[in-house]
Amino acid sequence: MIRFLLLFSRQGKLRLQKWFTPLTDREKKKVIRDMTMLVLPRPPRSSNFVQWRDLKIVYKRYASLYFCAGLEQHDNELLALEVLHRYVELLDKYFGNVCELDIIFNFEKAYFILDEFLMGGEILETSKLAVGATMEEADTLQETMEEYMSKPAY
Amino acid sequence: MSPSVPLQEMIRAIRSARTQCEERGVIQRECAAIRAQFRQADNGGRSHNLAKLLYVHMLGYPAHFGQMECVRMIASPRYSEKRVGYLGAMMLLDEKQDASLLITNSIKNDLSHSNQYVQSLALCTLACMGSAEMCRDLAPEIDRLLRASNSYIKKKAALCAVHIVRKVHDLGELFAPAARSLLAEKNHGVLHGAVVLITELCERNPETLERFRKTVPDLVQIMKGLVISGYSPEHDVAGISDPFLQVRILRLLRILGRNNEAASDAMNDLLAQVATNTDSTKTVGNAVLYETVLTVLDIKSESGLRVLAVNILGRFLLNNDRNIRYIAMTSLQRIVGTDHNAVQRHRGTIVDCLKDQDASVKRRALELSLALVSATNIRSMMKELLLFLSSCPLELRAQAASGIFNAAERYAPSQRWHIDTILHVLTTAGGDVRDETVPNLIQLITNTSELHCYTVHKLYRALLSDISQQSLVQVACWCIGEYGDLLLRGECQETEPVQVTEDDVLDALETVLQSHMSAPATRGFALTATMKLSTRITDNVDRIRSIVSIYGSCIDVELQQRAVEYNALFKKYDHMRAAVLERMPVIEKNSPGHTNGESTREAVKEVQPAKVKQAETLLPQQPASQVCDLLDLLGGSEEPLQPNPAVGSTLPVLPVSTSSTAGGDLLDLLGGLEPTPLTPAPTVTVYEKGGVTLTLSSEKQSDSGLTVTLTACNSTDSDISSFTLQAAVPKSVQLHMKAPSGDSLPARGAAKVTQMVALSNPNKVNLKMRIRISYTSQGSAFQDTVQVDSFPEH
Repeated sequence: MIRFLLLFSRQGKLRLQKWFTPLTDREKKKVIRDMTMLVLPRPPRSSNFVQWRDLKIVYKRYASLYFCAGLEQHDNELLALEVLHRYVELLDKYFGNVCELDIIFNFEKAYFILDEFLMGGEILETSKLAVGATMEEADTLQETMEEYMSKPAY
Repeated sequence: MSPSVPLQEMIRAIRSARTQCEERGVIQRECAAIRAQFRQADNGGRSHNLAKLLYVHMLGYPAHFGQMECVRMIASPRYSEKRVGYLGAMMLLDEKQDASLLITNSIKNDLSHSNQYVQSLALCTLACMGSAEMCRDLAPEIDRLLRASNSYIKKKAALCAVHIVRKVHDLGELFAPAARSLLAEKNHGVLHGAVVLITELCERNPETLERFRKTVPDLVQIMKGLVISGYSPEHDVAGISDPFLQVRILRLLRILGRNNEAASDAMNDLLAQVATNTDSTKTVGNAVLYETVLTVLDIKSESGLRVLAVNILGRFLLNNDRNIRYIAMTSLQRIVGTDHNAVQRHRGTIVDCLKDQDASVKRRALELSLALVSATNIRSMMKELLLFLSSCPLELRAQAASGIFNAAERYAPSQRWHIDTILHVLTTAGGDVRDETVPNLIQLITNTSELHCYTVHKLYRALLSDISQQSLVQVACWCIGEYGDLLLRGECQETEPVQVTEDDVLDALETVLQSHMSAPATRGFALTATMKLSTRITDNVDRIRSIVSIYGSCIDVELQQRAVEYNALFKKYDHMRAAVLERMPVIEKNSPGHTNGESTREAVKEVQPAKVKQAETLLPQQPASQVCDLLDLLGGSEEPLQPNPAVGSTLPVLPVSTSSTAGGDLLDLLGGLEPTPLTPAPTVTVYEKGGVTLTLSSEKQSDSGLTVTLTACNSTDSDISSFTLQAAVPKSVQLHMKAPSGDSLPARGAAKVTQMVALSNPNKVNLKMRIRISYTSQGSAFQDTVQVDSFPEH
């Protein structure tokens, strides 16, 4: 299973954190610090896999964001690269040419999309179309409620 | 869909802050506003407030005051609020917080909500942060959802069940039947969830594993469908249909086929098909191939398939993509034990990877190269490894150095090569080797007596060029001290002759002594070496005397103590100096893995028997029943071929801390001078039969202690072997048998065997001893017992 998924910028600012195991706040902060220190100094053409403690770290840089996932020993690293890529594709489809600012200003949407794709550290839905359709429906449901609430009462 | 305006305004405000201090100010104001809003009654902007708080939390600021708000929002009937509330619960609450229990009820209600998106929120949150109690509470609900709902909910329920099983192992039984039936679904999401759930159940419980073996044909069917099927736009990734599902199925097949012939047979064809048909130009294809290879190597596959798998790994090694090379080496590492020859074929490529730029690839290549070293390729491999050592990154140096030492020890083709290799490592990476390298090397050097001249010349030259590598300097000092006479003699067969004068040598040692780069231990070595040279050189003994006396007032306590003692050796004990400082005997070592053919480790026995601890009874090969009838049997026979820590006990006077003396932690330096020779004790012949004579002599050591010496002699015409003595004494007497001098008695009394026995008789009972003698002569075994009732008192 994936233990955690982190998104951080080239300066080390955290943009998204998803933890699939229970950790204390201190431990989380330590992991985030370790990951940024591990991944950011790596030269551009190095391999995307690093061994860290007992986990395999898989990371990939997309434009100005680093996507970093921690895997257990028996997980397939190449497939993890595909998982990261799929998540980027989903974000791209949803936001339309996604960039880092989209994720900053709409972070809760990024989380919702992630929750439709991964759950409990495992892949939930393997079809891009299905995830996209679900997000649309859920957003419609939310909007309907909001519109309803903001309608003036006669 | 309309973005949350208040949230975005806040984010913009925070980002426009130019300093950390300004940012903190903005955030404090915002948090105060949020707290105020939380306290207010229900208003339309609650979800925005919580979203703001979550953003602040992500920046690293404390947000625990939002926990109760999350609980309240989860209970709200509005979907938008539930959505953010559940998100907040996943971010702010975890199972260690008390507030998490409060949402259990909400989750329970939402699991049976009419709207599937609400249900999915509850399932997601449970799978993310559900504690063990929550899981136990809600497991039946999840099971119900697994069976009777739409595919959207089923797939979420499956992964939720996985989380529950991970938290509460016993609940696995509950989900097994539902998992089985899910395999018949068509929806890929549900199928994937089912496979993950079955994998989890099988990994945890071997009985469940047995039951799920029956699903192998179904899984093979599903997999075949994916591989052969045409293009499906929904699941296609670069020409491969649903690689995520394929990889999971392969992993499950691996678990089911492990150690089971029937299951492995059933999947052979499929694995061959996947291995040959999968397109390997893109990462996704390689991901599937990788999983296939892992599966093939783990189950009981037929040899053709195994060869195919190793070949795929070989192809991976040649791939341009670093990631592929990295995982190829990781997989080869796993099979290098079992399929050694197959991996050896790719040795060239692996060694090339040592030169790769990437640190991860280098590390893997190093581990794999060390595993591939064998007696046939040792010379070429060592060349590459030494080249690697000189340019490798710092974090890999220690590992590389110790790996090289191990390999050299196991497969060295000649002593000289071995010594050269170790010296090379010490010069390049002397700072990163382990501490025991120094005594190991010294022991190796003493064992190769024919190379002493060559070694000391080489070390002297190394010492002249660089005195910063402590291990090298220590070994060099020790050798110069021991073999200084060979160095001064000048001629040496193996290297070019070089004229070294006594002054040069003493200069070199003094440089080490005075250099600020030398560690205290190293200076200790140098001082001892200087002292030893006093017996090996002729002209400059006075210079040595002055060096030694200078250090008598050194600040370092260790050096001072040594210097003072050496001074004493010069002054009061000058007559003993030669004996004290003479050449050391070969050091014995207990160490595994010596297949070095050239040297035979002979245990050099001293005249004084070593104090062998016989706390664990070294019982002889005879069955225990024969031994039982002797009373109080403690130490049995000796095992002369077992390496005893033999003692270089020609240095009895120096009560030096043994750790820093050359090879000190291996040598068991005994204190105490040779005992003043006692008047010979009277001997009594206690046994004489069949040509074997056993005599006994005893001497009193203390009021209740007695040392008995047994001497055996063979007067027959044939040699006697496996001669062993066992002794038994009355219960209150303590017996301690020392190691005998040997176990063979050559014919016609050519040599004797002696064994000392220490007796302690605190209760002063009447001392009796029963001795059992056993030996082999002319191919047949003999055994006899004799009782000794009186001991000749001294």
